[in-house]
Amino acid sequence: MSAVPFSAQIINLFASVILLLAFAMLGQRRVMPLINLFAYQGLVLAMSTAVVAFTTHQHHLYWSAGLTLLLKALLLPWILHRLVRRLNVKWDVESLIAIPTTMLVGVGLVIVAFNVALPISQLSNTITRGTLGIALATVMLAFLMMITRTKAIPQVVGFLAMENGLFLAATSATYGMPMVVELGIALDVLVGAIILGVFFFQIREQFDSLDIRNMEKLKDS
Amino acid sequence: MSDLLSIDALLIAACAWFAIGLAGLLAPRETHFVSKFLFPAGALVGLLAGVVALNFLGQAPQVAVLAIGLPDLPFHLRLDNLTAIFAMLIGFVSVGISIFGAGYFREGEGTAPGLLCLEYHLFLASMLMVLLADDAYAFMVAWESMALSSFFLVTTNHQHAEIRRAGFLYLLIAHVGAIAILLSFGVMTGGAGDYRFDGMRAQQLSPFWSSAAYLLALFGFGAKAGLLPVHVWLPEAHPAAPSPVSAMMSGVMLKTAIYGLLRVSFDLLHTPLWWWGVVALAVGLATALFGVLYSTVQSDMKRLLAYSSIENIGLIAVAIGLALIFHAYRMEALAALAMTAVLYHCLAHAGFKSLLFLATGSVLHATKERSLGKLGGLIHRMPWVAWLALTGVIAGAGLPPLSGFVSEWLLLQGFLFSPGLPHPWLNMVVPVGAALVVLVAALAGFAMVKFFGIIFLGQMREENLKEAHDAGWWERAGLAWLALLTVLLGVLPTTVILRIDAATRQLLGTGLTDRMREHGWWMLAPISPERASYQPLVFLAVIAASVLLGRWLVRHLYHGRVRRTQAWDCGYYFQGPRAQDTAEGFSQPIRRIFEPMFRMERHFPTARDEQPYYSVKVEDHFWHWLYLPVAKLAERMSGLIIRLQGGRIAIYLLYSFLTLIVLLLVARP
Repeated sequence: MSAVPFSAQIINLFASVILLLAFAMLGQRRVMPLINLFAYQGLVLAMSTAVVAFTTHQHHLYWSAGLTLLLKALLLPWILHRLVRRLNVKWDVESLIAIPTTMLVGVGLVIVAFNVALPISQLSNTITRGTLGIALATVMLAFLMMITRTKAIPQVVGFLAMENGLFLAATSATYGMPMVVELGIALDVLVGAIILGVFFFQIREQFDSLDIRNMEKLKDS
Repeated sequence: MSDLLSIDALLIAACAWFAIGLAGLLAPRETHFVSKFLFPAGALVGLLAGVVALNFLGQAPQVAVLAIGLPDLPFHLRLDNLTAIFAMLIGFVSVGISIFGAGYFREGEGTAPGLLCLEYHLFLASMLMVLLADDAYAFMVAWESMALSSFFLVTTNHQHAEIRRAGFLYLLIAHVGAIAILLSFGVMTGGAGDYRFDGMRAQQLSPFWSSAAYLLALFGFGAKAGLLPVHVWLPEAHPAAPSPVSAMMSGVMLKTAIYGLLRVSFDLLHTPLWWWGVVALAVGLATALFGVLYSTVQSDMKRLLAYSSIENIGLIAVAIGLALIFHAYRMEALAALAMTAVLYHCLAHAGFKSLLFLATGSVLHATKERSLGKLGGLIHRMPWVAWLALTGVIAGAGLPPLSGFVSEWLLLQGFLFSPGLPHPWLNMVVPVGAALVVLVAALAGFAMVKFFGIIFLGQMREENLKEAHDAGWWERAGLAWLALLTVLLGVLPTTVILRIDAATRQLLGTGLTDRMREHGWWMLAPISPERASYQPLVFLAVIAASVLLGRWLVRHLYHGRVRRTQAWDCGYYFQGPRAQDTAEGFSQPIRRIFEPMFRMERHFPTARDEQPYYSVKVEDHFWHWLYLPVAKLAERMSGLIIRLQGGRIAIYLLYSFLTLIVLLLVARP
């Protein structure tokens, strides 16, 4: 067994924590802990990016790490917290999902993701290439979360978590995207979260709840 | 002027029309500015375009490349004799329609006048560009802008549900046709990827593929022209549109489809097979018979004219078919005869049908009434419109000495030579078509008598018709211009044929010129004077002399007095204007004789009815046999597809998720 450098081991550790947190989010029924889990994921992501930056001396990655920390670990959770309090949906609980089944599907997805990512990571020569599968799995798990949730806020959290996965993928495959792109995406996510926040109020005004199953009534015919 | 190429002059005309249309947007609500300034300007441009095209006839083709369009894909334009004939048609006919439009469009009717002006002139400009286009791309762009601008013109009064429906039907069929045309162009490139018409001419297609291209073109252009079975939009859209627009669509736009068909079948596909002609002939005969029968039984004056347009397009298709058959057997002289009939009938129909549609517009404005059953006796109140419409009616009925007769006569001359075809079946079957053409011509005469007689003759069926007023001077001038064209086309056939012969020679390699030059300009003898000849001026003189003589005899020899008094009522005193023959009653014999051709719903009064009434509604068989089943099928299929739209966000997300997973698995490196 070839010796894996210490920094790579740290990065892999962080990546697996991110995956673990993704599973935790998939299984979390309540809103407030879900947002907290999302904040932890952002924090771990920022830390892992910082380690990559330190190891590879890619200075722009420090900026990325700082941005991630600021945006995903602090600002977005804070916005979501505020929203939950303002909308008074602190005790919203997802009732109709079968957690064990979702988890099993999630495990299947992780296998698919690793399988798909294997050839790509062999092409890559970065120190972080092992984490590409994890990044892809995080994207898929977040997507799965969006599909299975019926309340609006968890869906948005799923959407944001997907972006976390994409960020991880970018970092692990090519040491991050160009700074301009990264800034653009960060801004998009922020604006998206704010717009969705506005939508929440509209949805609740219309249906007296944030259950998006109500929106089935909006279709044609 | 001499160093300005004709093609550039026509391009300037198209740009001028476009600019006039845009000028309408400057003051969309200023009716006076738009109608008294912009429309006459459009007429002037039309006149110039017509003169340029007329002068061009007989010259060598000119080409131009416009650097607009997609990168590396400029518009190729070309002006040849075929284009010039139809450009001349657009130019001269639009003069009359635009002048009429100057007096016709009023305030407060549907779309704002300025917007209407934009759509109208865009329509004109795009029709001209269709003719000039020399690659499939430019052609389709112009073709589609023509369809769209005319769609908005049809739906001018869009507040009525049936007009929106008519507009939708028109748009739908126009697009089905456009797809067929596009496919036809695709086949004609032969996979070489060269969409210029020159590239298509150079292709040597196998008989199978060239037949496919021809059939697609026949279907696609037929949808625009109104050939069976894609004619249903025509009787809906023409009555829905304002009268100048109906005139423009029926008189001019249908001819662009004929132009397209000629361009594809004689120019781009240069080796026709004999059965192509048979197909066009059969479809044309069916269309002509169908159109004329339905036009005789209509009781809405614009629908009557719309069906009559279908009939005329059918006759043109018959002539095209004949020309294709002769051309395929290398009997070029006879093919030239049939081709002359095609081009002549295009010109003649454009003139008289626009005239008649405009006349219905004047009647509509004067009486607010479209139903024939509520009109009558208008010749007393609207003498100008009535007499000018009579010119169009005589031409439409195919009577000498006006334009309709010349083209139908040429067509029948062509038929009389068909026994000489070197094919054992064709030389027996095709002459039978001549009998059908004669039947159609006779029934067209019936429809025209009905149109004129019920509207203008007899007594006024309703009280309020007494307040009808004659058309204004602008409208009279427009009608008179078109009547003048109709008369000129009627009495000077030789002069006209010598001009349009350039296009015939371009398409077929030979024309009628040489034989025509042997006789004077007063005699039309396309093959030889021993066989058949026609001297329109003699007809005109005899008719004029006998009319004047008869009038003189009645006025001066018989009693010399005109009294207006009660007619002898046979002792049956209860007689009013309502007791006159109605539109339905007039065509009842036709309905009886051709009963299986119609789908009728009749209601007869019975002795016990509280309020007895009689009604008859004639519908189109094709609507029930072809269109409704297709519509139902489409509805059922969309019913299956709509299940994808469940309304649940989770399901929608699942679609993208599954797509993502499948793509990831499929596209693995």
